[in-house]
Amino acid sequence: MEWEVVIGLETHTQLQTVSKIFSGASVKYGAEPNTQACEVSLALPGVLPVLNKQAVECAIKFGLAINAEIAPRSVFARKNYFYPDLPKGYQISQFELPVVGKGAITIQVPAAGKQDAYEKVVNITRAHLEEDAGKSVHGAVEGMSGIDLNRAGTPLLEIVTEPDMRSAAEAVAYAKKLHELVQWIGICDGNMQEGSFRCDVNVSVRPKGSDKLGTRREIKNLNSFKFMTQAIEYETRWQIETLEDGGKIQQATVLFNPDTGETRAMRSKEEANDYRYFPDPDLLPLVITEQDKARVQADMPELPAAMKARLEAQFALSSYDASSLTASRDLADYFMAAIDAGAEPKQTANWVMGSLSAKLNSEDKDLSSSPISAQQLAQLLKRISDGTISNNAAKQVFEAMWQGEGEVDSIIAAKGLKQESDSGAIEAIIDEVLAANAAMVDEFKAGKEKAFNALVGQAMKASKGKANPAQVNDILKKKLQA
Amino acid sequence: MANNELSNGSLKGYAQLLQSKQISSLELTQAFLQRIKQYNPSINAYIALDEDKTLAQARAADARIAAGSAAPLTGIPIAQKDIFCAKGWPTTCGSKMLANFVAPYDAHVISQFDAAGAVNLGKTNMDEFAMGSSNETSYFGGVKNPWSFDRVPGGSSGGSAAAVAARLCAAATGTDTGGSIRQPASLCGFTGLKPTYGVVSRFGMIAFASSLDQAGPMAKSAEDCALMMNVMAGFDERDSTSLDRAKEDYCRDLNKPLAGLKIGLPKEFFAEGLSAEVGQVIENAIAEYKKLGAEIVNISLPNTGLSIPVYYVLAPAEASSNLSRYDGVRYGHRAAEYTDLMDMYCKSRAEGFGAEVKRRILIGTYVLSAGYYDAYYLKAQQIRRLIAQDFVEAFKQCDVIMGPAAPSTAFKAGEKVDDPVAMYLQDIYTISTNLAGLPGMSVPAGFASSQDGPALPVGLQIIGNYFDEARMLNVAHQYQQVTDWHTLAPNLPEGKA
Repeated sequence: MEWEVVIGLETHTQLQTVSKIFSGASVKYGAEPNTQACEVSLALPGVLPVLNKQAVECAIKFGLAINAEIAPRSVFARKNYFYPDLPKGYQISQFELPVVGKGAITIQVPAAGKQDAYEKVVNITRAHLEEDAGKSVHGAVEGMSGIDLNRAGTPLLEIVTEPDMRSAAEAVAYAKKLHELVQWIGICDGNMQEGSFRCDVNVSVRPKGSDKLGTRREIKNLNSFKFMTQAIEYETRWQIETLEDGGKIQQATVLFNPDTGETRAMRSKEEANDYRYFPDPDLLPLVITEQDKARVQADMPELPAAMKARLEAQFALSSYDASSLTASRDLADYFMAAIDAGAEPKQTANWVMGSLSAKLNSEDKDLSSSPISAQQLAQLLKRISDGTISNNAAKQVFEAMWQGEGEVDSIIAAKGLKQESDSGAIEAIIDEVLAANAAMVDEFKAGKEKAFNALVGQAMKASKGKANPAQVNDILKKKLQA
Repeated sequence: MANNELSNGSLKGYAQLLQSKQISSLELTQAFLQRIKQYNPSINAYIALDEDKTLAQARAADARIAAGSAAPLTGIPIAQKDIFCAKGWPTTCGSKMLANFVAPYDAHVISQFDAAGAVNLGKTNMDEFAMGSSNETSYFGGVKNPWSFDRVPGGSSGGSAAAVAARLCAAATGTDTGGSIRQPASLCGFTGLKPTYGVVSRFGMIAFASSLDQAGPMAKSAEDCALMMNVMAGFDERDSTSLDRAKEDYCRDLNKPLAGLKIGLPKEFFAEGLSAEVGQVIENAIAEYKKLGAEIVNISLPNTGLSIPVYYVLAPAEASSNLSRYDGVRYGHRAAEYTDLMDMYCKSRAEGFGAEVKRRILIGTYVLSAGYYDAYYLKAQQIRRLIAQDFVEAFKQCDVIMGPAAPSTAFKAGEKVDDPVAMYLQDIYTISTNLAGLPGMSVPAGFASSQDGPALPVGLQIIGNYFDEARMLNVAHQYQQVTDWHTLAPNLPEGKA
């Protein structure tokens, strides 16, 4: 039987606010345990939550970015369960009435094997505001478990998709797109190592062609795209094998072990909590007016899709180039900064996605830590355009700048990379080359086009690579036809 | 305090004595502390006293008075219900669970009194987590009704009630979730006001049922309550349900005449379940109001009978969640021995909570459970809206509503402890106003004789429309100008010398 995998994601994005969602305590990562736990974080008797407006603005931004319904009235609810890192014994979340309703995100799934790259729309079911829990710390105190409540109350936006994805590749493409989008609109720092962006993946399988959903298992807390791919692929295989062996899938929560590459059930549905959700009487319903939305809209950056269209129209870039350049806010900003500094768009696109990206990748660096600024790159490209250096020389300058050897012009001077563009000097070189290679000249005249290229090569060599290749071409052509 | 007259004074009277330097706050405070030493061992109204802290506040108040910057309550000793967190004070909420808890911060109510220069005399006894109508669920023992030591003072603000009635404070604070200010005010014979929900910030007030809890004053007279309200009320951004309204002077209307006042009498408040003697006292009070020029309108609050079942779904639901934080992990009681996390939770909570609190946690957990939520919690919320709507209709016909605050006078200790439903019925006339969020008060209206004991106080309940506290205080104050029930204090058996 042929099987189809059905995947939906729930993503917890930590919102970039100054303080916690229901108190004034700081949300900075990495502080000493419990130094960012105020009375509210500790859930002392008598404390009350007060909603952080900045967190609400983040939710509105996200809703606008995915063209979703933003609820004029949403409700905070208590999700009740006991756990040591949950100080109140309930988590304040949203249940029946979330702040963001249905929306959609268009993803680009890269080519793989015989499959070409394609676009797909993933529907968003909802996104809701909630608070994070603290952390249990094991081993810090001998024989005891510690509780660090610094993270308790950190604002999260949980983004839930429809079960729209049909492969690990689609799920990862969605996760990457979402990861880029939340950073693009500035609501999440996207730091997966620090847990700012965590994905739970619901996986089920069914016979291809069936429209009934299979029983799902939820893979919890995946914090890298690599693990997500591995976990989904393992889980899918495991479910198919289980079914083919005549077994049944039990609804369960599973954890992925990166060391073994396997998923393992954490708790089954029978053990699942009854969370006894009910509206939190300490908080009023969250009311969002058209004015609130308009105010946030005014602060919204240009979204990737709009920017892509603009790059195509304004700079005559290909759809592929425009899409690649708008894959992240950093990349787009870098590109635009180079253009603003006077670089030519198509050439800039080639360099940013070519040499620069390759170099960043090979050194595992972010664009933000690139040794070459957009302005420096623009200067380099200008020196190509104005004929000061050749493309090849530019690569050497690029390399030198990367190593921190200085600015474009000083490197060109220091390395003597300036192109020879004086036609008198080039003519003299060509004359020498023609004289020394009479045989080749004869071959060319006999109709061997290749001989022309060889002569160009000789001329370039004679100029130690500094002659302007276009000029060499022109002059050589003229001389041979004379 | 040998001087009974002093302990019987009004807040305005104390302020005049203090500001004219006829007495210092230190002297006044020491006089009350002396009375507390004498009578509290038998009454058990206070569960935490700290003379050093109290006297330091009195000295600071004297300095402020000397500096000429006194506010109306500066230097006046106030008793605080032990439900309010007060920095450096034990704050137990009447529970073993918090017996070892010392609050590291001040509730809004506490900081308001501090800012006014009032003196905190101590923390008063209460039903555990404010769950009870007799103060018998307190981990720290019951409280005697000063009018008859074999009777309960009512609850949950039983300690504050006894402290006011026995003149062990100038005035006290209370909280009222289903009647916890008004029922004890009725049973102990003083004036208590539960304001409109949202008028007094709940910040730092330990939650029982968040959508119903409201703090208010417990004092000798309507005028004293008005002065207390001027300190307690006001917007606080730390409580999202606190209402952002202009500050008002609750004394402003005290002296308005009542001619033309329309008093609504709901027939449901004078039906089966009301003791005949109590009913008679209320009728006498209404007659007094007629003499003051008020008109009587017969009204109906048809859903009154549903208020107790609705309350006993909603309040336990919220409580079951509010009390989840008492898990033994960060503060409060933790069992001495346990095998694992679950065992630690179970033992700590089993040991830390009393029977009534456990009963309500169980009820609340049940009504919120999957499969029962719609039938109980949601249905109760719907009926809650109907109950509120009853009042909206009623206030189209009248200015205030009157009736009894409690169905009977103070009952004997132990009489209802094994019958929760009989205990719950104590709040039959008060609960509906909490459900509607309306203000209500209880005003001393006389005494009803009992078969097996002395005549006991009866409170007249006055229910006002939203934010009508100033008018209610006016209505009560005018009554207190022509009656003297509120001035009567019990003769206490000699305590310690």
